Parts: sequence; structure tokens; C-alpha cells
Amino acid sequence: MASIPKPLSAPPLGGLPGKLLGWIDDRFPLSTLYKEHLGEYYAPKNFNLWYYFGSLALLVLVMQIVTGIFLTMNYKPDAKFAFASVEYIMRDVSAGWLIRYMHSTGASMFFVVVYLHMMRGLMYGSYKKPRELLWVFGCMIYLALMAEAFFGYLLPWGQMSYWGAQVIINLFGAIPFIGEDLAVWIRGDYNIGDATLNRFFAFHVIAIPMVLLGLVAAHLTALHEVGSNNPDGVEIKKNIDPKTGTPRDGIPFHPYYTVKDLVGVVVFLAVFTAIIFFAPEMGGYFLEAANFIPADPLKTPAHIAPVWYFTPFYAMLRAVPSMFSSQFPGVAVMGGATLILFTLPWLDRGKVKSVRYRGPIYRAFLTAFVISFLILGYLGVVPTTVWGQLSFLGGVDTATLVARILTVVYFSFFILMPWYTKIDKEKAEPLQVTY
Amino acid sequence: MNSIVKTLIAAPALALCLLASNTAVFANEEAVLDTAPINLKDQASLQRGAKNFVNYCMNCHNASFMRYSHLTQIGLTEDQIKSNLMFGTDKIGDTMVSALDPKDAKEWFGALPPDLTLVARVRGSDWIYTFLRSFYRDDASPSGWNNVVFKNVGMPNPLHDLQGTQVLTKTGEKEEHGHMTPIMKLAVDRAGTMNQVEYDLFIKDLVNYLTYMGEPARPARTQVGVIVLLFLVVAFFATLWLKNEYWKDVK
Repeated sequence: MASIPKPLSAPPLGGLPGKLLGWIDDRFPLSTLYKEHLGEYYAPKNFNLWYYFGSLALLVLVMQIVTGIFLTMNYKPDAKFAFASVEYIMRDVSAGWLIRYMHSTGASMFFVVVYLHMMRGLMYGSYKKPRELLWVFGCMIYLALMAEAFFGYLLPWGQMSYWGAQVIINLFGAIPFIGEDLAVWIRGDYNIGDATLNRFFAFHVIAIPMVLLGLVAAHLTALHEVGSNNPDGVEIKKNIDPKTGTPRDGIPFHPYYTVKDLVGVVVFLAVFTAIIFFAPEMGGYFLEAANFIPADPLKTPAHIAPVWYFTPFYAMLRAVPSMFSSQFPGVAVMGGATLILFTLPWLDRGKVKSVRYRGPIYRAFLTAFVISFLILGYLGVVPTTVWGQLSFLGGVDTATLVARILTVVYFSFFILMPWYTKIDKEKAEPLQVTY
Repeated sequence: MNSIVKTLIAAPALALCLLASNTAVFANEEAVLDTAPINLKDQASLQRGAKNFVNYCMNCHNASFMRYSHLTQIGLTEDQIKSNLMFGTDKIGDTMVSALDPKDAKEWFGALPPDLTLVARVRGSDWIYTFLRSFYRDDASPSGWNNVVFKNVGMPNPLHDLQGTQVLTKTGEKEEHGHMTPIMKLAVDRAGTMNQVEYDLFIKDLVNYLTYMGEPARPARTQVGVIVLLFLVVAFFATLWLKNEYWKDVK
């Protein structure tokens, strides 16, 4: 049995600091909170690379809020001045360009980090009992994040802002019966205009961030209630050392994971700042060239592509043929692709959590799912004609056909899960984590 | 563009889109572009480019997000800016706005000449570099000019006095996808005041300046970037050491 370090119980504070802490603790559970969430929150000791992305998501959230606050000090949510005010920030505000690039790069990096974080959850079964609510809160954060990104993207009031918003709002317009009215209600006008910009600003800077913060608090509370999963999927709480009363495979979050996450933060910041300082447009993926042209309702850009983090869903939208001259089926598929994530904990019939002990069928499905998501993401960036046309099947665009197949693959990962996780040959989980 | 997306764009704004459905922001994208020899550290080139911009482009185009005062960044003094580059205003904090009346512009060119502050970020330096060297005489077009990079562009060649007049001539044919396509070549028909090398350098300076103007923070950004990354390398080893010290007890 390996020895596990005891929590670093600081010597009781004496003198004035001790008295002050006592005074606070009598009125507010400061010491208790610290113990529950840091000093005596036991996390499995076998976290690997995938476990950095949770704390990194929190870091990016804080950075987005802080840079966002500074941006609002000079940004003008007015269709006449919005574009110019962004350029004012880029040119005339001290370090304005840095703040703006941090925010625009942060938006994309938020999705990078969150997608990797979700991937971790899929690989190690972190959504399985007892972490169903933890997963559900996480999915809600993802949805809120997409809304936040969408509202924020309109604010620079460039061509892509305008036409991207046009496409996405019209998705709602495709809903039968109520669609048209719904789209007008969202825009606050018959066309995207000043009213739309103003309300999107309100949503972006206060409404959605508040929802996000609330959800993050719920996500963390649920996490600290059930405890962290780990790459082996073994519940460390089932193996308590009777002498200390703490998990044998657990180590206090602080200082062990605070110092470890610090290394992750530095590596992440190196990537993040390399983009900000040397490639803030990231080849047109983080800042699109057409968005340096002010919004013009009379000129439709030749090629409208949403920002990269929406493109897997956008590719699905384009892949689904319209029915009864309505785009609704595509919209429904796109919406379903995000909402189906919520059901994951109840679809999985596997006995083990981690992919390490799962059977070959689950591994094959997960691999196919990830590959289809990535290729769909690529197809959403490029025109549907990118791979030419097929000589058979009535000359359909190759890319459209591939996107259709991959959409089916994406959904079958979920829909067939109750079946394939049940029949899969799983290996037995070890009794303790491997470290 | 995919038909579904087209419908989605057009849905509420049908009337607007019918007016402008073919007005693409990006025109001909297939033309092969020359690489612009950009060097933002070459202040003399940037200064010459600023002069070229003020003398030739600003007759019609604005750079309405760029202040004259920012030109001190490329090594000019305020006095130099005031006496050599500012014609329409005497306030150094003003933005670089053309004296052209927008109404006249619409009548003359069919559309407002676009603002050029960010043109290098929209089109890319290579595109502008090639575009400004690819005008040719075309009697079929309303302005008498056409461009290899931007077909049927509304803009006439403002620099033909310098470059001379180019014509597009067929020099041969080549087989492509089973049918013959003509090989077209640009050639100077009537010489201007500059030879080709001088003209290319003139355009190089101009595009260099346009690239700088698109993002004046770029030189500072890369400079700060190096320092930040060096700091993070040090921070990486420091935090890694700290982590390893703590994790010695975890077995």
C-alpha cells in the first residue's frame, strides 16, 4: 500500500490573524469552504493530461469576463458606431488591441478547451452514475457558451457578424407555424438592425454570463459532491483508509492539483499568447477576413461560413435535404445533435466507466464518433462543392453525401448506445487506480 | 453556396437580396497572386508608401479609422506629417478622409470607393499587390479599364500615368480538362513615367503601408510576443519544478 500524503493542515493561526479567522468563521464558513473545496477535497491521484482542461476552462472564463469588461468601456452597441468603435479599440485605446485579441482568441480557445473537456468525459465515462447531473450541468454550460459566442459574434458588426447572424436567426424562422414570428421576436425587427445589435449586446454582456456563472457554480458543486472521476473510472470513495478516513487513492486538491494545474496554465498560456501575438486571425478561423468589412445588408458575402466551433452542426444542417420546401428537418437535426448529449448518462448500459476497460465495440463507436465530428467540422468550413460531384446518385456533391453519412454515424453513437454497450465485452475494472 | 443556406439568408430579406444577390464581396478568387514583398520594419518604405497613398489613393478612398497622428509610428514627425501629408485638414488627430463627395463618387463609379483602412486584412497584401499591377485597357467596360484579379471592377487604373497602359493579349493556347484555353498575358502597350521595376517598387511601398495601416499594432504585437513567450518558458520550468517538489510525496 502506497503512502498517501496527509492534507497540509496549517498550524492553527495564533495572534491577531487567528482571532480574525475565528471571528469570520463564527459568521461565515470560510475555513469550512476552504477545506471542502480545496484543502480537503480529495481528488484521484492518477489524473492525466485530459484532466487539465476543466481548470483551463475556468481560466478562460475569467479571462473572457475581465477582457470583456475592458472592451465594454470603449465599445458602442450602435449599428452606426459599433464597427468603428472596435477599430478605435484596436488603434487608439492603450493596449486595446491586446484586450481585443485576448477576447477574440479566448472565444475560440474556450471551445477548444471545452471540446477536449467533453472528450475526456466521453472517454472515461465521467457522465455515468453518480455524475449524471454533473454531466447535465456541463451540457447546459456548452449550450450557454454557444449562445454567448453567437451573440458576441454580432457585436463587431462586420460582414460575417451580420450574415452569420442572419443565417442562424433564420434557422429559428424555419420552425413550422411560429418560426417567422419567432425570428422577428429574436431580431426585434424585420431585419437585423440596431435593435438586434442592442439586445445581443445585452445578452452577451450580462444575461448569458450570469447564466454561465450560475451553471459553473452548479457544475462545481455537483463535482465536489460526488467527487472527481479518473482515467480508470474507479470510485476512490469505495476504498477508504480506516486510519485517516480519506480515500486511499485520493490526494488533497490543494496543494497537489493547484501546483499541477499551474503547469497546465503556463503551457496553455504559451499556446494562447503565441496565437494572440503571432497569428491573431489564426488563418481566418478565429477572425474571418470578411469581418473586417462593415456590415452591409445589401451585399451578401460569396461564402458564409460560421466560426469553426459551430461548423460540425452547420455541416449537418446543410446535409439534411429540405422537405415540403421547409428547412426545418435540417434545423431539427442540428438542434438534436446538441440536445442528444444530455441523454448520454441514460443511454450507456456499460458496467465500467473508462475506455481502458471498455470492449472493442464501444471503442469503435467512440472513434467513429470523434472522426465524424472532426470531418463534419471541416466540411462546415468549406463549400459543399469542395470534393466535386459523384457520377452516380444523380450527381450529388460528394461532400454532401459524406456529411450525410457522418451525420448518421454521429447519431448512431448515441441511439445505438443502449444496445452496443450492453453486448460489448468489457474487462474488469481494477480495485484501485493505476498510478 | 448551398441552396439551404441561400434560402436561409434570403428568407426575410428577399427584396434586399434580389437587389444584390450577385454582388459578391469577393470577386474573382482564382487568379494566381504574386507575393507582396512586405517588410514592416522598413520605415523608409512605409513613409514612401504613406506618401503614395495620400497622393494617389486618397483622391477617392478614405482611411477613416486611421489618424494622421499615428504616422509618427513610422518615423515621421508631426511637422513632417502636417506639411507633407495633410491636405484636407490641419488637425493632426483627424482621420485620413478623402475630399471626394460620396454623391459624386456614386455617380462616377457606380459605387462608393471602399474604405481602405482595413483593406489589407480583408484582401490580403498579395491580392492588393497583384491587383494594382493587373489593370488593362478594356473598351467594353464603362470605365475603359478592367482587371485580371477583379473582373469588371468599377475602379479605373489611377496609376496609368506611372505604369503605362497595359493590354491583355493572347499568347497561345493550352489544353485543360480536354478543351483548349487561351493563355493570356499582360503587356505594357504605351509606356508610363516609370519602368516596370520602378512601378513594382512604388506598389510595394504602397502595399507595405496598407498592410501597416490595416493593423498598426502589428510591430508592437510581435515584439511583446517574444518577451511574453520567453517569460512563459521560464515560468514553465519554475512551475514544473514546484509541481515535482510537491508530488514527491505522492506514491
